[in-house]
Amino acid sequence: MGQSRWAKLRQTEGANGLLMISPPAVYAILLLAAPLGTIILYSFLTDGYLEIIRTFTFANYIEAWTNDLYRSVMVRSLGVAMTVTAVTVFLAFPIAYFVSFHVAPSKKSLWLFLITIPFWTSYLIRVFLWKVILGYNGVVNSGLIGIGVIDQPLDFILYNVNSVVITLAHAYAPFAILPIFVALEKIDRSLLEAGQDLGESKFMTFLRVTLPLAMPGVIASVLIVFIPTIGDYVTPQLVGGPEGRMVANLIQLQYLKLDNYPMGSAIAVSAMVIVTIVSLIFVGLNRRYLRGGKR
Amino acid sequence: MTEKPTMIAFQDVHKYYGDYHALRGITATIRAGEFFSLLGPSGCGKTTLLRTIAGFEGISSGAVMIDERNMAGVPANQRPTNMVFQSYAIFPHLTVGENVGFGLRRAGLSKPELATRVGEALEMVGLKGYGDRAAHALSGGQRQRVALARALILKPKVLLLDEPLSALDKKMREQMQVELIRLQRQVGITFILVTHDQEEALVMSDRIAVMFEGEITQLADPETLYRRPNSRKVANFIGTMNFLPAMILAEGAGKIEVEAKGFGKLTLDAEQAPGGGQASAEGAAIGFRPETLTILFDGQTASDRETMAVIEEVVYFGDMTYYDVKLDGCDAPVRISMRNVFGRPVLDIGTRTRVAWSPGALVLFR
Repeated sequence: MGQSRWAKLRQTEGANGLLMISPPAVYAILLLAAPLGTIILYSFLTDGYLEIIRTFTFANYIEAWTNDLYRSVMVRSLGVAMTVTAVTVFLAFPIAYFVSFHVAPSKKSLWLFLITIPFWTSYLIRVFLWKVILGYNGVVNSGLIGIGVIDQPLDFILYNVNSVVITLAHAYAPFAILPIFVALEKIDRSLLEAGQDLGESKFMTFLRVTLPLAMPGVIASVLIVFIPTIGDYVTPQLVGGPEGRMVANLIQLQYLKLDNYPMGSAIAVSAMVIVTIVSLIFVGLNRRYLRGGKR
Repeated sequence: MTEKPTMIAFQDVHKYYGDYHALRGITATIRAGEFFSLLGPSGCGKTTLLRTIAGFEGISSGAVMIDERNMAGVPANQRPTNMVFQSYAIFPHLTVGENVGFGLRRAGLSKPELATRVGEALEMVGLKGYGDRAAHALSGGQRQRVALARALILKPKVLLLDEPLSALDKKMREQMQVELIRLQRQVGITFILVTHDQEEALVMSDRIAVMFEGEITQLADPETLYRRPNSRKVANFIGTMNFLPAMILAEGAGKIEVEAKGFGKLTLDAEQAPGGGQASAEGAAIGFRPETLTILFDGQTASDRETMAVIEEVVYFGDMTYYDVKLDGCDAPVRISMRNVFGRPVLDIGTRTRVAWSPGALVLFR
């Protein structure tokens, strides 16, 4: 009896589904939910010298949200991430548009392939290369001095927020191009003809038809760029200098240098909450582009 | 009926795609207020020709005139035409009302004026009160109506319809055919319809241009096209046509003397050879539609001429029966369609029967 019930249960669709997703589910729980839970747990504990005292407290969060240094780093991280996102998506759109609308269909995959070429090099090496390009004796400075545009090397392009923005914008460009490209590809070309047929110029048709229909891709690009860049560690560490430090560097400092796990965790959780809220607000503002639209 | 003024004139229009000669010297006029169809198999250039009117397709040589104005260099958004696309091209991000009012932005109407115009247009196509619906939630027939309203609201001189009914099921298609005719009479705008469906073209059009391989093969009203096709291609594309080999014996004074297998010696009017005087490689043939031959049942007398035939095949369709018969003196079977009038039997294969025909229904192909 028990046997047959078990067999029956296994035959139901739901049970089958659960069975099929269980390996990745276990994987996700172990590697994602468990560490996340640990961090959240840590953030409510108290830091003692060389050990963590198991007393529940909000002190870490109060410190994280009131300390001027933490606050300014968080604000800077938000600022950098927003700038990077704006620059990246703004530059990615024309590229995606060009590939989708002006490249022959047979050549599109080649173009996409070329766009992914930066990924062939390790992220770390790419960041180092930017250091070479932007450095005091780097390609940009020696080039500009060589042709006599400047006498002194420019110092505002390395070890500050600008260099972080430039490096991150380059690193995330393909991530921004691809979703926009996909959204543009999905637009029925007869819609654009219809726009012109109904009396609108090419430019107005772009504003009234192409752009709104590409918005799901733009929104995806924004999220894909914004969320990882705000927590980026390597780039600010290598090209940011002291004034380019971002929240990930702060968390690293708390964990590894100061050995303050609860404080680091509280900053990490706070950053996560802020990212979530900003992302939700952004999606909420654009929700009219995201609902429906199925043909 | 007085001759209506010309709305569109094609003057020796050629179009090349690289080496491919898509339009080969189209010369034709479309009259104002006419329901005009471009009919032909896929790849014949009918859609290309329509798109040259809309301005989506340039032409390699010749001229397209709309209302006596040469359209060379006039972009699509400045032409007095609007189009109903094959896919309907309803903007998925807008509501039905926003779709219909899309082209009115430039008219600078106030909000209430705009709402009134959109409401009127929706009412005209039978979608009153649909203005706030999401466009993607519509059925195929409704999308088509939205596309119509969106085009007609701009009061174009010419409405272009690119196979607008091909995506609908049979019943909906027939309903929309009737509705399009009604709409065209109501607004009085020139409609140009592209279709590969001969029945649709016959039902809806005032005149039809039949196209093959980038050329207009015949341009005529539906009845002429059906009764007097000017070539075997047109005859085969529109309805069914029987062909019997024939020989031209003599011709002159508006008469042609012909000897046709199964029919014997005949004298035809010159008007029965609409293809003109050029001989084709296949040799001359007499053509006739399946319904122009009649099986004579017992006691019936022929109003015209009569011959004997043997029934080879019977296809029963309910309201109609198709018989494939061999006429005496002719080996190739011909098809006869008979209406199944009450009390009339369906004949069996092998039956020998009398068949009536009329010389006036025959067409001569050279």
